[in-house]
Amino acid sequence: MGEPQVRSGWPLYEVFLRGKRGLNHVHVGSLHAADPEMALHHARDLYTRRNEGVSIWVVASTDITASSPDEKDPFFAPSGDKVYRHPTFYEIPDDVPHM
Amino acid sequence: MTKDEFTVYEGLGTDAEDHRWAFGTGFTDPLEGIDTSVPDGVDPDALATYCLMLGDDALVYSHRLQQWITRMPELEEETALANIALDLLGQARLLLARAGRAEGAGRGEDQLAFFRDENEFRNVRLAETVDADFAELTGRLLIFSAWRLALFGQLTGSADPVLAAIAAKGVKELSYHREYAAEWVVRLGDGTALSHAKMRAALEAIWPMVDELFRTDAVIAMLPGVAADPATLRGEVDEVLGTVLAAAGLDRPDRAPMAAVAGQTGREGVHTEAFGYLLAELQSVARAHPGATW
Repeated sequence: MGEPQVRSGWPLYEVFLRGKRGLNHVHVGSLHAADPEMALHHARDLYTRRNEGVSIWVVASTDITASSPDEKDPFFAPSGDKVYRHPTFYEIPDDVPHM
Repeated sequence: MTKDEFTVYEGLGTDAEDHRWAFGTGFTDPLEGIDTSVPDGVDPDALATYCLMLGDDALVYSHRLQQWITRMPELEEETALANIALDLLGQARLLLARAGRAEGAGRGEDQLAFFRDENEFRNVRLAETVDADFAELTGRLLIFSAWRLALFGQLTGSADPVLAAIAAKGVKELSYHREYAAEWVVRLGDGTALSHAKMRAALEAIWPMVDELFRTDAVIAMLPGVAADPATLRGEVDEVLGTVLAAAGLDRPDRAPMAAVAGQTGREGVHTEAFGYLLAELQSVARAHPGATW
């Protein structure tokens, strides 16, 4: 067997999985891989071992633009008092799916 | 895809699913509904031996792969390899159980795995050899899984329905193993000068054991329609290896096959020195605590 190696600088990828019962892909975690193809394989091996998934997306973590915690209030507080934006005042017909 | 899988609320409301599992559900038993009696006209002893051959290949190679755990270059690769080893262990269990049943002497999968001696194991010598480095691991895995995939592909049409069902399950697993290994062989072969040299040296080291994979055996000859004739697999395997080696910028090694001992190889129970050590480790717990259950 080879000598122990110093951990390489493989970039980080975020993994999104669509389960059998889900309509959309959900973030499940992250992993290291040399390129997107390898990331997809690693995602299969790390996150679908218990028969969870039917579809995988991977995206380089550096490609994600995230909102900053410092901007939390300007970003999210203004919607805090606008309960009327929730469509809770309607009856949903029985034959409307995915609601 | 069924409607239940697609519609989130309908899926949640289904009671047919197994609720013991927190995450994935819908697990399947590959042998569900299959008649496990030995078909008429099939020699049960030959069938048992044939299942031992295929089961031992998987059991022994799975153990070799498990020995890599904690030695892989990345955590992610470790999980990948553990998954592969586990797939092969699953194949071994089904095949050894089938062998025990065909034999009819009351030996189960554990008895066959842990209480046979070295010369009773029927695996090919390619499966038992220690990998010198990571390149050898990927090269051997590529050759093993390309060969086994071709073999299982033929066995999906076997006259033994159990063997056909085991093969149908295995084909999906082995396709992934082959893809995983091929990707690494290309990555290393087409990588740096050092990785190329290591990959080439690995293939040189493995190549003498390739010929044995395609040897026809007297037992296999007794099972027409049930077993796959190894000689007929060579074309498919050569084609796959040719494609991968070309993409990796590697030449096919030109090495003489490893000699048989008095005409006998792994299939007849003649193994290399390293196999004894592997078997001692594999069987040590079961032999130290005979009859133990866990």
